[in-house]
Amino acid sequence: MTGASAPLGLAADIGGTFTDVVAERGHQRVSAKVLTTHDAPERALLDGVTQALDALGASFAEVAQFVHGTTLATNAIIERKGAVTALIATEGFRDVIAIADESRHAQYDLNIERNPPLVPRRLRFTVPERMDVTGQPLLELDEDALRQVARDALAAGAQAIAVAFLHAYANPAHERRAREILADIAPDLPVSISSEVCPEIREYERTSTTIANAYVQPLMAGYLTRLARALADRGCQAPLRLMTSGGALASIDAACRFPVRLVESGPAGGAILAGHIAAASGEDRVLSFDMGGTTAKICLIEDGRPQTARTFEVDRTARFLKGSGLPIRIPVIEMIEIGAGGGSIAAIDATQSITVGPESAGSEPGPAAYGRGGTQPTVTDADVVLGRIAPDRFAGRTLSLNADAAAKALNDTIATPLGLETEMGALGVTEMVDETMSNAARVHAVERGATLKTHSLIAFGGAAPLHAARVAEKLGLARVIIPADAGVGSAVGFLRAPVAFESTRSRFMRLDTFDAAAATALLDEMTAETTDLASGATGPLVQRRTAFMRYAGQGHEISVDLPIAPLTGADADTLRTAFETAYRRLFERHIPSAAIEILSWSVFVGAETEAPTPPDPVPPLPAPEAPGHRRIFDATTRSWGEVPVHERDALHPGTCLPGPALIVENATSTYVTARFDARVDGLNALILDRKTEAP
Amino acid sequence: MTDTLSPLDLQIMWQRLIAVVEEQAQVLLRTAFSPIVRECGDLSAGVFDTQGRMLAQAVTGTPGHVNSMAESVKHFLDHFPCDTMQPGDIYITNDPWMGTGHLNDFVLTTPAFHDGNLVGLFSCTSHLMDIGGIGFGPDATDVFMEGLSIPFLKLAEGGVLNDTLMAMIRANTRLPIDTEGDVYSLAACNDVGCKRLSEMMSEFGLADLDTLAAHILTRSEAAVMAEIARLPKGTWRNQMVVDGYDAPVTLALSLTIDDTGVTVDFDGTSPQVGRGINVPLSYTTAYTVFGLGCAIAPDVPNNAGSLKPFRVTGPEGSIVNAIKPAPVASRHVVGQMLPDVVFGALRQAAPDRTPAEGTSCLWNLNVRGVAARDGGNYGFTMAVTSNGGTGARPTLDGLSATAYPSGVKGTPVEIAEAVTPLVFWKKELRPDSGGAGRHRGGLGQVIEVESRIGEPFELLAAYDRIDHPARGHDGGQDGAAGAVGLASGRVFQGKGFQTVPPGERLVVLTPGGGGIGAPETRDPDALAADLEEQLISDAGARAYDPR
Repeated sequence: MTGASAPLGLAADIGGTFTDVVAERGHQRVSAKVLTTHDAPERALLDGVTQALDALGASFAEVAQFVHGTTLATNAIIERKGAVTALIATEGFRDVIAIADESRHAQYDLNIERNPPLVPRRLRFTVPERMDVTGQPLLELDEDALRQVARDALAAGAQAIAVAFLHAYANPAHERRAREILADIAPDLPVSISSEVCPEIREYERTSTTIANAYVQPLMAGYLTRLARALADRGCQAPLRLMTSGGALASIDAACRFPVRLVESGPAGGAILAGHIAAASGEDRVLSFDMGGTTAKICLIEDGRPQTARTFEVDRTARFLKGSGLPIRIPVIEMIEIGAGGGSIAAIDATQSITVGPESAGSEPGPAAYGRGGTQPTVTDADVVLGRIAPDRFAGRTLSLNADAAAKALNDTIATPLGLETEMGALGVTEMVDETMSNAARVHAVERGATLKTHSLIAFGGAAPLHAARVAEKLGLARVIIPADAGVGSAVGFLRAPVAFESTRSRFMRLDTFDAAAATALLDEMTAETTDLASGATGPLVQRRTAFMRYAGQGHEISVDLPIAPLTGADADTLRTAFETAYRRLFERHIPSAAIEILSWSVFVGAETEAPTPPDPVPPLPAPEAPGHRRIFDATTRSWGEVPVHERDALHPGTCLPGPALIVENATSTYVTARFDARVDGLNALILDRKTEAP
Repeated sequence: MTDTLSPLDLQIMWQRLIAVVEEQAQVLLRTAFSPIVRECGDLSAGVFDTQGRMLAQAVTGTPGHVNSMAESVKHFLDHFPCDTMQPGDIYITNDPWMGTGHLNDFVLTTPAFHDGNLVGLFSCTSHLMDIGGIGFGPDATDVFMEGLSIPFLKLAEGGVLNDTLMAMIRANTRLPIDTEGDVYSLAACNDVGCKRLSEMMSEFGLADLDTLAAHILTRSEAAVMAEIARLPKGTWRNQMVVDGYDAPVTLALSLTIDDTGVTVDFDGTSPQVGRGINVPLSYTTAYTVFGLGCAIAPDVPNNAGSLKPFRVTGPEGSIVNAIKPAPVASRHVVGQMLPDVVFGALRQAAPDRTPAEGTSCLWNLNVRGVAARDGGNYGFTMAVTSNGGTGARPTLDGLSATAYPSGVKGTPVEIAEAVTPLVFWKKELRPDSGGAGRHRGGLGQVIEVESRIGEPFELLAAYDRIDHPARGHDGGQDGAAGAVGLASGRVFQGKGFQTVPPGERLVVLTPGGGGIGAPETRDPDALAADLEEQLISDAGARAYDPR
């Protein structure tokens, strides 16, 4: 479908600095970038949307789909600007979120500080009540105590309440009753209960997630309601859908109930886009690599589906270290984030080794090359010194880079102290950052039982195309894909996401006492509930059921797909075989005699993802005459060479370019190393293939 | 190409090697059966050169394991010389003196080959929940009572598993399936390390690790020596008295800083005792060096080079250099106290680097008992990891309910209740337990536990700081002492097996950390915040009153 008859899709991604809007009709796509308006984010969004619609010559009424992703929830947590939230917990467990996991995120650092909890101790209340691990009440809920606590919380200024009782995932009765009582006392007070927000075992993660939900709920519900009204006022009839961290779209109702699901939804869009491109290009194993100014994010994608996880941390305070953030247990596209971006600062450590990041020069003062007063060398400075960035062609010519300032910063901090030539100092910086990113990908892959050799790399974000080929070399990958419009990748990805919802619940079951009827009943109940929350999904619905299984007593669960049908006793054997196969894939051997248990269950219901159309085959075109050349210092040969520079806009589908080459565009530059050749495919993506014989 | 490696190449390879051992540790973490490993991270993993020198260690792991495992690989080489090693071999021991300090820790070492040549060794260790004997507590009177002893043996030879040994192991533990699973998990993590190392050597065209090893060790040692050079030279002494098993134990040391490094000598420390709180020197060294590392060179990666400037000695037969067959199962209770003793001496040379004394030893609830009517006396065994407060830092309060020096994580109550028939009625911060000071000590916890099935259960207590709380410093007050007993009033001993009868609640108060600086100099806002947060009570606030 092309032209004005095709449905008009709109996507908006509110980031910390910019709000990106993409409007798409058939093959037509326009984008707008406006500054985020923090006091009323919908203002910038509507500005951007108006710009994009004007560019398409379309009106709000023509919009068929509006997808929205936002960092508002994330930022509210990081900046501690959410609602004054009170916690009501089981008596004796006031401090679950303060005790946390009792560990230190940095082993040797005597001066670490804990990330302050979202709810201070004075707002953490408890009531007598207790479920046991099987969901049997050991102590009935003390309703009078609850009423008193509710009044105390209100008196202390609570604007939202999180209720998280022990083992509530096994029996939500007390939490539900607590909510009823709270509704009697304060009908307008938003209440989040752990058995709905995060019905999973492990009290710290569950409580932390429930609190985060309550904490952002008033803000998000207010914002979403205002936005929906503003859109309706402008004649937009399309339903508003919200991007979730799990990569699915949620209705406004689901988003208002579970706003914690919106945390980290921006990066999810990028992974969805990468998954879509992977599927369209017939790549079953892909590593998506998103490198911006401050961080790099890496995600594994299999068969077009980004890997998912059930937990992540928001607001890692200490240099992105594991354990320094607040745990959030929700379905999430699993990404590792490391402090390595274009603005990451290079330094020399005690062992006279070069380190890069996690400190970043940000955009102010930015890299030394920006000439805004930055004196510390960054990855971008190193890229400039190595010739990979054309100083007069950076960021759509909005900023002319100062190569001398970059060289001086590198000399002062790195090259001179180590007795290196400037370019070797710069190469040290890019090599260390590329090595850091590759290592992070490697360790991540082993955690997921994947071997990276057969993957392709899909690179987007301002700095990724400069580094992707080298990272691929280090990981032994044969192909790199750099999609068109990589700069607004997240928003484009939103348009590719299905409307869906996923629920997970903990319920212990050993395979040797497998209760097929109980499991079926649980799954059917979850399916009904999930289908409800996936309302708005059109067309045929797909359902996925998953069991999270482990050897009895082990710590980490492995997901095993379940049939979409009533389970029978015989399924215990099927599950055992499936689990053992998955276990072997991850860990090379299984343990023959060990008992297996199911800890949690998950149901996904959603619209079928539209199968992407593979690009039309394009006849190869010879490389056009390069409009210019640059001297670039190569990492492998460690020598300078003249490299042709092409404008990406001038390269038509089918164009083949031998490496080395530099391909420049407004938002980024792609460095094709000598070990790769480049071509443009039918989707206008750059495909870098490793030469059959490395030079 | 080995000869032509530039410092940049070597630096990149060093990074890669650290990533390889991190992969190794992640495999262990994910596949271990022992709950204390998988939920709490009680493990370590590292790569060694063919001389047994540790080149890199995973960040994931616990200090006691890492630094003692570092020495243990040399003993493996004594038993299995390099020229006898072949691909597919796996060596194993749980020798407390040549391993990591008690029988519960299995150490596995696997030779790594590349292009048919031995190029290095991967070693890993983790804590197994049950190794037979009297069980994991300090009550044994010699090491033979503490369980199955595995001398240096081949777990696999040329890829063939030693079934006899596996059968012996299974037959000598109350948890045969878990124990077998843990052994496999240890083996698998070394396999992954060997594979990745070989891939790395192919990529970089390395035939051996000699040049890389020299680079890592030289650079690391030089970095630590540079930090030591900033410290004044001389000898300082400190001593700290702890509870011991049935009589107080004095931990005394002299710390000497000179041009060759830092030497810690535990001369003056009490003799070894008749119960299992004795510490083999390897474990003493591990925690002593960890304390030194934290205070002197926290940013230098851990390896044989960075450890080299730190030397530790102790009189033979003292509690920190116990001689076989001394019982050692709960060696961590004393071992984890050693950084505090080190800090007290180091503070005299370099003020403002070290915290006040903290809880320091883990306050685990090591429990076992009947799980079901037909399940035997010890149907469940569980270490519920929990901690007290750490000491105040020179510019910060101590951390509440946080492990230091150990790096393990606390056990979730819901997980503990899923694998034991216990119910936790309380696990909360313990107000007023942090030592008052300009910077306050971290708070301990109050924990209350009862059987859910009306059966007795046993506590294998291994606690300290009940009679000798964490001392404050520079005018800061002591942290609150720990306590253990029944809600009905009976006071338990800090160490040893004790039974909690059906219907009774076990109450554990974990200690607080010591404060730093006079309490009346505390920032009034910080004091007000503590009061508002009820971390200190009105009564507790009196400690801050200058009158």
